[in-house]
Amino acid sequence: MTQLKFIPAVIFAMASISATSSMARESIEVVGSSTVYPFSTVVAERYGRASGKLTPKIESTGSGGGMKLFCSGVGTNYPDITNSSRRMKSSEFKKCQTNGVKEVIEVQVGYDGIVIANSVESAPIELSRKDIFLALAAQVPGAAEGELIDNPYTTWKQVNPALPDTPIEVLGPPPTSGTRDAFAELALEGGCKKFAWINAMKKADKNAYKALCHTIREDGAYIEAGENDNLIVQKLQANPAALGIFGFSFLDQNADKVQGANIESIEPTFESIADKSYPISRPLYFYVKKAHVGVVPGIEGYLNEFTSERAWGEDGYLAEKGMIPLPLEERKAMAKNTRSLTPMTGNEALK
Amino acid sequence: MNKSVDNLSKIKRSLTRRNRAEARFQWYGRVAIFIGLAAVAVLFIDIIGKGHGAFQATYINLNVSYDQELLGIENLSDPEQLVMGNWDALPKLALREKFTDVSGRRDKRRLYGLLSNGAGFDLKDRLLANPQLLNTTESIWLLADDDIDTYYKSWLDGEAYAARLSDKQVVWIDQLHEQGLIHLQLNSNLFTRGDSREPEQAGIRGAVMGSLLTLVLTLMLSFPIGVSAAIYLEEFAPKNKWTDFIEVNINNLAAVPSIIFGLLGLAIFINFFHVPRSVPIVGGLVLTLMTLPTIIITSRAAIKSVPPSIREAALGMGASKFQMVLHHVLPLALPGMLTGAIIGMAQALGETAPLLMIGMVAFIVDIPGSFTDPATVLPVQIFLWADSPERAFIEKTSAAIMVLLTFLIIMNTSAVWLRKRLERRW
Repeated sequence: MTQLKFIPAVIFAMASISATSSMARESIEVVGSSTVYPFSTVVAERYGRASGKLTPKIESTGSGGGMKLFCSGVGTNYPDITNSSRRMKSSEFKKCQTNGVKEVIEVQVGYDGIVIANSVESAPIELSRKDIFLALAAQVPGAAEGELIDNPYTTWKQVNPALPDTPIEVLGPPPTSGTRDAFAELALEGGCKKFAWINAMKKADKNAYKALCHTIREDGAYIEAGENDNLIVQKLQANPAALGIFGFSFLDQNADKVQGANIESIEPTFESIADKSYPISRPLYFYVKKAHVGVVPGIEGYLNEFTSERAWGEDGYLAEKGMIPLPLEERKAMAKNTRSLTPMTGNEALK
Repeated sequence: MNKSVDNLSKIKRSLTRRNRAEARFQWYGRVAIFIGLAAVAVLFIDIIGKGHGAFQATYINLNVSYDQELLGIENLSDPEQLVMGNWDALPKLALREKFTDVSGRRDKRRLYGLLSNGAGFDLKDRLLANPQLLNTTESIWLLADDDIDTYYKSWLDGEAYAARLSDKQVVWIDQLHEQGLIHLQLNSNLFTRGDSREPEQAGIRGAVMGSLLTLVLTLMLSFPIGVSAAIYLEEFAPKNKWTDFIEVNINNLAAVPSIIFGLLGLAIFINFFHVPRSVPIVGGLVLTLMTLPTIIITSRAAIKSVPPSIREAALGMGASKFQMVLHHVLPLALPGMLTGAIIGMAQALGETAPLLMIGMVAFIVDIPGSFTDPATVLPVQIFLWADSPERAFIEKTSAAIMVLLTFLIIMNTSAVWLRKRLERRW
């Protein structure tokens, strides 16, 4: 009996909540990339404290998950902003359009470097993208041109005689991670296309090219260490022979424990990532629903805070947190574009 | 005669063997318990070793002058002016006055980096609480930056970690230390504030409140529903294929991975009923789904353990079936039900996976005050801090784990205590 009394009560409670929620929402909702999360949270907190308004709520859902939520529709049940550690795909843009999210403002905020590091107890290592590809790809070119063999290399010396005679053991993020996608695209593919015949394959058979250049070996040399970069740092400390792949901010915070490998003789530093000489770095974005500006209070304030020099400038507090800023001219143009709420035209070169 | 002696010696021989087997078995048990306890001890030592530092924070003593002109404020009661006020200027000026020889933009930035960037807001709160301080100067302990905090603590322990500091900052801290103007004191922020991306300003209050709101709702929903379901199934429902089917399903649900309940919650509560994401209501509803099977199963066991003679006596005295259940069975079964509910709640308190799907894994600064405010919970806070790059979050993570473990120990101990206290044996 009691049971029967409760069910309508619960349904009534939920119905009344849904009625109130479809009205105005007081605070901004942000979803998306776990890479942009540490930066957007800082901006949100500063904005909340300085303005005295509610602090935006930020969920870390991953870039893909964020886009899916963001493009589901317009209205206060859907997020206002999504963070992304890659550019919006054309398929996602289309999905947004079909779901009524017509006007989307794209903001590039800066760069994130991906480093390959080892414990400070072992010797520093010099790598090229070609070395990385040969050491970590599932399949590598064989003796004859056009021939592919399963990756036979077990030590770094076999990959490149200049490297030490230690086993290949690399700790990195799992396939669900945006860092892994970016690493495959920037480091593996970067090394992969150094082979002329593979580069020629790109035009002939794009899928085969991508499968070859983006697939990481699964025979134990590459160890999936989970999404937590702090864990990789700890494991490197315990095992000085291993290398690890993670975001630049973790190298920045743990300089006493781990050292970054030079890639093509470029050291991963704040400056080398900012001037783009360090080859493994990716742009960071966020996307704003224009229809929500003015409906959900505070979006403009949040955008102004994010695109202010004290936040994303060279001496700004985001740089302090490890985000690599855009060059000054690009920053100015981007800030102007953002503040005038200029949406994407649909003619951008999206993938 | 001969035969019985033979039997006796056989028994004697086998007796020593059997005794030895028993002694061996007891030792296996002791070793197993020892391994278990050792694992718990290692866990506790590791967490307390890492986390004890978080209960203290580094503070720097400075002379702050609340200069009205510097702040650009005419009237303290005007909220508009308060928002526009140049609060950051107060700690900056105090630092410049302390280290008068610092010049140049870069060095000044480093100097300002000694203090937490929330120091200006802390002074604002202090001035608002004590308006008579305006245009006066006072000596006050201000919160240091997390890098300074990490360095100072590691330096006191004899293993200085200065990689995030410049040489000048190290010299300044040395000077402050010699003058006794830098020290460690109780980190009250940890218990009074919500989440922050600055480790020195981050606290668990928001997560504790979120956990509390979510659990209250979970208990309010799952206990009555679970208990009434258990009573119906045990006392009223006919025993047939349907009730067997329901029983199998309830037992199954208790073993389903908790992330499934999150997916279910996302589909039903958020996508269908449009309950907002990230609020304690949706968290409580999802955790209710998760704890219901546990509560139903333990409640049924508690009802079963009430002897049939009680029921028969009540019915024999002319009580209706409903009166028999309400007046006799339920009070006797209640201690067991409560124990089950507490264990279910403890389980719900430690859960993160189902909350991931419904948006409670989020950065939320403001402390939730009602069931409809965005909130997160303690285990999620631990997860988020463990994932943060800042070094100082390592000790914060362990401190939050200590708080969560304390709550769990209290809940589980009270379950044992309640059982001992209220249980009646026949």
